[in-house]
Amino acid sequence: MADRLTPLTVFGETAARVDRIGTLSIAERPDLALASLAARLGRLSSLEAVAPLVLGAPLPGVSRVAGDTIRAFWTGPEQWLVEAPYATHEDLAAVLKQGFGADASVTEQSDGWCAFDIAGAATLALLERLCAADTRAMAQGDVLRTTIEHLGCFIICEQPGASFRLWCARSSALSLHHALVTAAVALS
Amino acid sequence: MLIPHPLLGLRDAQEFTYLGDAALIDRPDGLAADAAGRFFDYGYLRDNPAGEHRELWFHEQGDRSWLVVTRNITTHEIVRVELARDVALARGRGR
Repeated sequence: MADRLTPLTVFGETAARVDRIGTLSIAERPDLALASLAARLGRLSSLEAVAPLVLGAPLPGVSRVAGDTIRAFWTGPEQWLVEAPYATHEDLAAVLKQGFGADASVTEQSDGWCAFDIAGAATLALLERLCAADTRAMAQGDVLRTTIEHLGCFIICEQPGASFRLWCARSSALSLHHALVTAAVALS
Repeated sequence: MLIPHPLLGLRDAQEFTYLGDAALIDRPDGLAADAAGRFFDYGYLRDNPAGEHRELWFHEQGDRSWLVVTRNITTHEIVRVELARDVALARGRGR
């Protein structure tokens, strides 16, 4: 039985979906693990002290991303989401919980979210059509949450004006993908 | 309308939801002897000023923080925006 179980992407496929439309590429990223991290009441300073040991970098401040292999991004006051390659960090939530102990609440989020990497010269034009956020002003390592197609999404700036990562709820990822592709086709 | 979020700067009002009068922060003690009367006031009675009004807004499609927005009802000018948590702590609440 076990050898017949194959992980599927949000599209129900075995390989990640990549759309290339004009100069734009929209690539699904099912190879990422995700966990939420929130400081418990009054424990922020001890959480911040331990963070470099667990994450490899200090916790990012407001609207920022920090880290390399394990990467945390700010989602709200004293709250973060942490992403890492799934192949090496399938147990991301357990690793965080072990590292932070009672300083933080950690929940597994890998199967609740879906990431799309969008890249290309028309990336800003695409995002301008899809959301009200000022993505043109975003610097490398900036993150914000807003709505795209009425769906709450995180937008991470990987390379200003050229490359962004979107995180959205897995249950509505097909709707976000539809919006991305529709806008990209209109631009091409 | 743009709301100047104290952490994030100007953000589109579409990202926010509105709860109501910021007096809702001052929830009465449910075990006090006069709790019934105070909860009647808390639940039903509101000031209705033609001018500055303090309101609770939730940045639902953003960083999920509660804000106290001081807004002029007659002009829609936003005078001041604070994190509701800071307001509650300043009033002696535990969190």
